[in-house]
Amino acid sequence: MKRIPLLYTAQGWVVLGMFALIVLIILPTLNLVVSADHPLYVSGYIINLFGKIMCYMMVALAMDLIWGYTGILSLGHGVFFALGGYAMGMYLMRMIGREGQYQSLLPDFMVFLDWKEYPWYWSFTEHFFYALSLVVLVPGVLAFVFGYFAFRSRIKGVYFSIITQALTFAFMLLFFRNNTGFGGNNGFTDFKWILGFRITDPQTKAALFMITGLTLILALLICRYIVKSKLGRVLTAIRDAESRVMFSGYDPLPYKLFVWTFSAVLCGIAGALYVPQVGIINPSEMSPANSIEIAIWTAVGGRGTLVGALVGAALVNLAKSWFTVAMPEYWLYVLGSLFIAVTLFMPQGVVGLLKKRERLKPAELSPTERSNTVSPKVKLANESVT
Amino acid sequence: MKRRNFLTLTVLAASLAFAGAARAADTIKVGVLHSLSGTMAISETVLKDVALMAFEEINAAGGVMGKKIEPVVVDPASNWPLFAEKARQLLTQDKVAAVFGCWTSVSRKSVLPVFEELNGLLYYPVQYEGEELSKNVFYTGAAPNQQAIPAVEYLMSKDGGEAKRWFLLGTDYVYPRTTNKILRAFLKSKGVDDKDIEEIYTPFGHSDYQTIVGNIKKFSAGGKTAVVSTINGDSNVPFYKELGNQGLKATDVPVVAFSVGEEELRGVDTKPLVGHLAAWNYFMSMKNPTNDAFKKKWAAYTKAKGLSSASKPLTNDPMEATYIGIHMWKQAVEKAKTTDVDKVIVAMAGQTFKAPSGFVAKMDEKNHHLHKPVLIGEIKADGQFSVVWKTAGPIRANPWSPFIAGNESKKDEPVMAGK
Amino acid sequence: MKTFRSWLWLLFIAPMSAWALDAELLKGLASDENDVKIATIGKLSDAGDVAAIPALQALFDGALFLTSQGKLVIVAGDAAVDAVNATAIDPVPSDLVSIDINNRVRRELNAALAALKLSAPERAVRLASAKQLQADADAGSLLGIERVLATEQDAEVKEILVLAKAQINLKNADPKVRFGAVKELAATSNPNVKTLLAAMFVKKPDGSFVEPDSAVRLAAIDLLNDIQGRLARLELASHAFNGLSLGSVLLLAALGLAITFGLMGIINMAHGELLMIGAYATFVVQTIFRQHFPASFDWYLAAAVPVAFLATAMVGMALERGVIRLLYGRPLETLLCTWGISLILIQVVRATFGAQNVEVSNPSWMSGGVNFSSGLTLPYNRIVIICFAVVVVALVWFLLNKTRLGLFVRAVTQNRTMADCVGVPTGKIDMWTFGLGSGIAGLGGVALSQIGNVGPELGQSYIVDSFMVVVLGGVGQLAGTVIAAIGLGEVNKFLEPYAGAVMAKILVLVFIILFIQKRPQGLFALKGRSAEALA
Repeated sequence: MKRIPLLYTAQGWVVLGMFALIVLIILPTLNLVVSADHPLYVSGYIINLFGKIMCYMMVALAMDLIWGYTGILSLGHGVFFALGGYAMGMYLMRMIGREGQYQSLLPDFMVFLDWKEYPWYWSFTEHFFYALSLVVLVPGVLAFVFGYFAFRSRIKGVYFSIITQALTFAFMLLFFRNNTGFGGNNGFTDFKWILGFRITDPQTKAALFMITGLTLILALLICRYIVKSKLGRVLTAIRDAESRVMFSGYDPLPYKLFVWTFSAVLCGIAGALYVPQVGIINPSEMSPANSIEIAIWTAVGGRGTLVGALVGAALVNLAKSWFTVAMPEYWLYVLGSLFIAVTLFMPQGVVGLLKKRERLKPAELSPTERSNTVSPKVKLANESVT
Repeated sequence: MKRRNFLTLTVLAASLAFAGAARAADTIKVGVLHSLSGTMAISETVLKDVALMAFEEINAAGGVMGKKIEPVVVDPASNWPLFAEKARQLLTQDKVAAVFGCWTSVSRKSVLPVFEELNGLLYYPVQYEGEELSKNVFYTGAAPNQQAIPAVEYLMSKDGGEAKRWFLLGTDYVYPRTTNKILRAFLKSKGVDDKDIEEIYTPFGHSDYQTIVGNIKKFSAGGKTAVVSTINGDSNVPFYKELGNQGLKATDVPVVAFSVGEEELRGVDTKPLVGHLAAWNYFMSMKNPTNDAFKKKWAAYTKAKGLSSASKPLTNDPMEATYIGIHMWKQAVEKAKTTDVDKVIVAMAGQTFKAPSGFVAKMDEKNHHLHKPVLIGEIKADGQFSVVWKTAGPIRANPWSPFIAGNESKKDEPVMAGK
Repeated sequence: MKTFRSWLWLLFIAPMSAWALDAELLKGLASDENDVKIATIGKLSDAGDVAAIPALQALFDGALFLTSQGKLVIVAGDAAVDAVNATAIDPVPSDLVSIDINNRVRRELNAALAALKLSAPERAVRLASAKQLQADADAGSLLGIERVLATEQDAEVKEILVLAKAQINLKNADPKVRFGAVKELAATSNPNVKTLLAAMFVKKPDGSFVEPDSAVRLAAIDLLNDIQGRLARLELASHAFNGLSLGSVLLLAALGLAITFGLMGIINMAHGELLMIGAYATFVVQTIFRQHFPASFDWYLAAAVPVAFLATAMVGMALERGVIRLLYGRPLETLLCTWGISLILIQVVRATFGAQNVEVSNPSWMSGGVNFSSGLTLPYNRIVIICFAVVVVALVWFLLNKTRLGLFVRAVTQNRTMADCVGVPTGKIDMWTFGLGSGIAGLGGVALSQIGNVGPELGQSYIVDSFMVVVLGGVGQLAGTVIAAIGLGEVNKFLEPYAGAVMAKILVLVFIILFIQKRPQGLFALKGRSAEALA
């Protein structure tokens, strides 16, 4: 218990508290209680959008843990996100009951393929808690197995990045197949109920939003705990000089494997929260481009700082939502330029830029963070290993 | 400190989003929900343009009930969750009276719950697999019985070549799967054996058709064969190029396609493809005054706006369907004297519009689908189609195909009461 | 007979001379009823009158028109002739209505033209029409074939016609004729014959075979086995060819990346867009040729190759100098940055050329393919691409290993500081290397434009495959890239017939993942220090 207050300074806790207040109380209240024509009213759209973005922020956290802190770039995190989403989606599909187009207990797409019963891997998914355990287990086990073999073979750097890309690409193709049993290209959609509540009710939505906010805060605290612990320091050491870590008598495998699996699980949870709010899960979530984007959120915000990942995910996605409406024909220019500008002028991301101004007070920075603001020369050496 | 900055950003963004909500009262806002970037931009961009042209035309003629139409164009970027988000935004933030959009089935499935929840109005302009009927959607494209079945009947006829064996080739997603399922049942009802039907699916974006064209050749050695292609968008060019180069001619093995129109052939050298077929409800080559006017308007519009297609302005079936949809919506609003969704839905029933196809398209009184003529065209050397067969008049859509088990009990109209 | 031939010949090369066709009969070609059209074609063909060829050919090509006076006119460019008596009509009438035909009419036309052209004086024309007849031989053509066989002198044409006749005779009522036909077909690999033979062994409801004569059946089963064996071998050959062709496409797509990513270590996500620029450069060159040099249109590709190379190389060098140069030593950040560049390039192209695909057509010498009687076709464009890949690889190898630039490039990639110390202008070399890699990508784009779409998203569909190829081959190893590309192509194509297109692709990806486990540095691993630096 002693360590926990050390996660953040008093000031940090206050800010976190404020965030919690806004997400958990103020926004839902403004959405549910205030009448629609009041200027302070927060529409369902905003709740939905922010709920979605918070899921993305969680994914960015997971990415930051594995890339920013451990130096392993995954270009396949989309697969864990989508698998978590699919696990939740299976439960939601089951809850539709006979309200589908064909009034069958089976989902429409199965009726359509002339399937008479659920395939074995759909067993028990009507139980919410079993589905929840799938959300954690499926991405977790996949990541564990994949990671175990990859790290044991000492696959590093771009080789690792590319095989994670191959992984997500293969899964995408697999899920696109109608015969795989996950609805093919259409995926899962048209959900009706969750735990007995109408999924379209504003109350359900606000509740989902609050749960997402709470999970995000918890995830942030756990991640913070990890990176501040001894484990976190070993991870950073692996990032900076893996050979030296090995020479010092550490076996990097369990460390890498732990953080890799944890990161995948976090993605899975984010995916599970994402699906009921967005209302659709489809294999294109696993497309390599989506996974690259996850890396980009993290880089824009600033790698190696948890806050950076959050800021990056929020910033890029808000920009995307905003520009696709404000300038539908030109938004790609803006987004593209943003990525280029960030890499060229803000190598530490947005947060790095903000931090630069505070460089005068380095005492406030924790040891981990200090190690992230290393001189360019050391930085170069770090990168050559990643 | 960092966190405070983040909060500032969040609040800033939120307030920006709020700012968009202000609206003027003397215009009617409508949404255009077509991908302008990503993989579907190739097909959907032109639908956005034709929609804007139709709005301009209506505005120039005095607008709807004296009010100008104000289009809100958004880019869902071929990203299905983004489609749902944009739909919600159009309906709740911009409070649009109707939305014209979507192309792929998955995008429609993705926005459907949003439209039903918020009681919006969607006009969907593309041929699709049926098996759906929502009170909030008007389907101006073809249902399978307005496209697939007549095409196959034609190929079985003497003029179509009396095909005995069938190679059903499609991209692996719901539209080809459904269409082929319906066709298989239909072919069986016509006495075609299972061994004479081959069903092959390829992944999205598949670009290497060497093996498949080889297989078609092998299959066709067993008897008079026709290929029914439901290959999606981008994969058509490599398929047709391979077909031409492997010397599979339309006189030997005709290919009838349901997703290939004038726009898709834009990227292909059509000389080796002469005689291959497509089934639609409209072809650019149709000769009638309405179509001439439509084509002229479109050519002038592309030129005036400096669109890149101005050098070779093409029209196609989904463009016609978009155009019909917009005009019918306008007529329905004027009939209902309000943009209120429920009243417009009632007023839509039985609307008619003189379509560029030369026929009078009619919105069915009940099932939210258009009565449309079915046309079968053969590809000509100039990339246009010559109509070789057409129905005597518009035919009614069967969204619930009788060839799919369990559909007999389906009512041919959407459930009106809230679910 | 000889005089008769030369008379025919006159008709062919001198269509302006008078010929006598029944104007009333010919009018049937313009009928609205396909049945009438077909009957007319049949009559013209049965009459064996070669004078009908120009009109029939014109109908086939869509060059036959009807005037408002009901006259049939053949239009070729700016000239028009009367279809009945070949007199020139000047000026070209303005009230022309085209005569549309459908596949059924087209099929009849094909047969009629083939039969009529069997009497043509040119050997090549006769040979082609004989092949056409053999490909879809039916009882209707028997009379024509026998007529021509009696007079045909050329051995090859004769041989094919004999085969065609035998094919038809397989259904003859006389078992002796059928037996003879089976024997005559001994050397054929035509899959149609296989079907015909297989049909003999179908059992009727009463238990007897369709083919009642046991001697014929015995001979037929031998032949059937022979043909099946030959076809199986040919199928293997065609898989191998398809794999090689897919492999060379992958190779051309990935080779540029093997330089920018493999040698220089830049995770170039804009590589796909460089391919796309190459393809669009081809399109632009094609358009220019179409407008300004229509005569030499067929050779536009020869001009497109250097143009595409220079255009993409220039874009590449501009990118290197403008952006990527600032990011050396931060390879993973190049990923982010080049991703941004790729978004912008896609949108620029979309804004300039439109979101739709543009048409890039095969030059006529690349259309079609080498046909084998077994039905196997090796398309010319695929063959050309394989050869092109060989040339490009040879060129890159030469540049890197035999030139001074190549020496510098290798020096810089192996040890930048050392190279700098001995006076290699590393900055410039970086620019040239990136330019070279981009230019090669442009060449890949030229090749891709010949087999698939040319649209703004072209690059996106190849970028993942390209990275797989380079990484599988081993970063920094050109030979690895070549072997990986061909290997992936072959594996894919041999799996596809059994697993289907989707599963084949998934299996290939799984194979890549497993392979990297076994050899974490790819096929050809770099050894020593440079390996650490690149990984």
